[in-house]
Amino acid sequence: MVNPRPLLAFAAMLAIHFIVGPAVSVAQDRFIIVQSTTSTENSGLFDTILPAFADESGIEVRVVAVGTGQAIKNAQNGDGDVLLVHARPAEEKFVADGWGVQRFDVMYNDFVVVGPEDDPAGVGGSRDAVAALRKIGESKAPFASRGDDSGTHKAELQLWKETGIDVGSASGEWYRETGSGMGATLNTAIGMGAYALTDRATWISYGNKAGHKVLVEGDPKLFNQYGVILVNPDKHPNVKAEEGQAFIDWLTGPEGQAAIAGFKDGDQQLFFPNARR
Amino acid sequence: MQDFASSFFLAVSLILSGDPELWSIVLLSLKVSLTAVAIAAMIGMPIGAALGVGRFAGRRALIVLINALMGLPPVVVGLMVYLLLSNSGPLGVLQLLYTPTAMIIAQVILVTPIVAALTRQVVEDLDAEYAEQLRSMGVSRLASVPTLLWDGRTSLMTAVLAGFGRATAEVGAVIIVGGNINHVTRVMTTAIALETSKGNLALALALGAILMLIAISVNAAVGLLGVRSERVAHA
Repeated sequence: MVNPRPLLAFAAMLAIHFIVGPAVSVAQDRFIIVQSTTSTENSGLFDTILPAFADESGIEVRVVAVGTGQAIKNAQNGDGDVLLVHARPAEEKFVADGWGVQRFDVMYNDFVVVGPEDDPAGVGGSRDAVAALRKIGESKAPFASRGDDSGTHKAELQLWKETGIDVGSASGEWYRETGSGMGATLNTAIGMGAYALTDRATWISYGNKAGHKVLVEGDPKLFNQYGVILVNPDKHPNVKAEEGQAFIDWLTGPEGQAAIAGFKDGDQQLFFPNARR
Repeated sequence: MQDFASSFFLAVSLILSGDPELWSIVLLSLKVSLTAVAIAAMIGMPIGAALGVGRFAGRRALIVLINALMGLPPVVVGLMVYLLLSNSGPLGVLQLLYTPTAMIIAQVILVTPIVAALTRQVVEDLDAEYAEQLRSMGVSRLASVPTLLWDGRTSLMTAVLAGFGRATAEVGAVIIVGGNINHVTRVMTTAIALETSKGNLALALALGAILMLIAISVNAAVGLLGVRSERVAHA
């Protein structure tokens, strides 16, 4: 006799498939992909400001949040319509090499050095980032680095370069390269009582601070500028230039800039709009 | 350790609240992984059965290869699928990157070796047991495959569940080819990774608990069907 049960199981599976199907395909037809960084995603900025743009333009913005290095690489491969990152020299190179059309300033915030409350290197209250890092290096206090070629990592390496300390030779000792995103690196830093460089937006909205706090801030060298670039449709014909440009215009225009300024965690503003048009 | 307690309450309240965001993530996880497992079973079972009953040159080497592929790192699979589906890759014209379909493809690659390797073992054992009897009835090796698969269906269900476990648990592949895009390609594991990186450890753990609950439900449902089919078969 034929046993109907496995057939029933299969039918049930198919049924699930069709019930689930529509729930997944409600997304809008007009969409763009923005290659961006973990700091903008983790802080919740996009979740807050994008619905306004979608309502107004009918264009859904799909954000892929990775490190700046990977975002640029993905955009070079044509896997995105717009690039929104924070590593100015790399962004300018991206445009100069023909991968991007033009770079626009969008907003800024700043980097801060966070560390354990007992502050073994004694850098608390300093406004000189280079001197603070030099103290951390000289005292061989643990420091957690992104180590992932992200915008924050590039900024951190530049500061280390100015200290004259060769962090590469200390890697694996007091200098720990996590090779992961900002939040994951903060989790690591907190786990091992290490110092870390982070953008302020990620830090403010980060939920696992434990005893860590901001120790160094206010140095002009800690300035963190975000830029937006349309991926060059001449290089990648699949780029949705019209929709992508509409997003860039909105973001750098009065509405987008106001939305960025209005995004707050508690009463703290996380990003400061500074587009010039 | 208050995280565990607060996570538990958070998980319960999330489930009870019927939060639509959460449900769409859960449904997408199920859709992607169940589809991937169904496709992997259709590919993996015939391959496993052929390796189980077949006698051909290179069979041993193939078995070793398939067994080794069970340990494919998800990140490597994700990277391979990304390079294939990227607009600069050979399959870029299909425009599948950052879609649920891309995630299904990656999971099929991860799950198929598991289904094939476990099927091979089940079929080979049954073949060793029944080969003589089947031959005496004039059934060829190839023709005995459906009978052996049917006879081993309970064990094969375990193979499929092992594949399902792999699919729902992995994050490395789907986060690369899916991009963890909110409302489009965010599934349970990538949501957990995101909340962890936001430092929302309690919420991440709560999502993990819900994922486990789903896994238990699916396994229980299959187990229940398995027990019933055994009863019917022996009736």
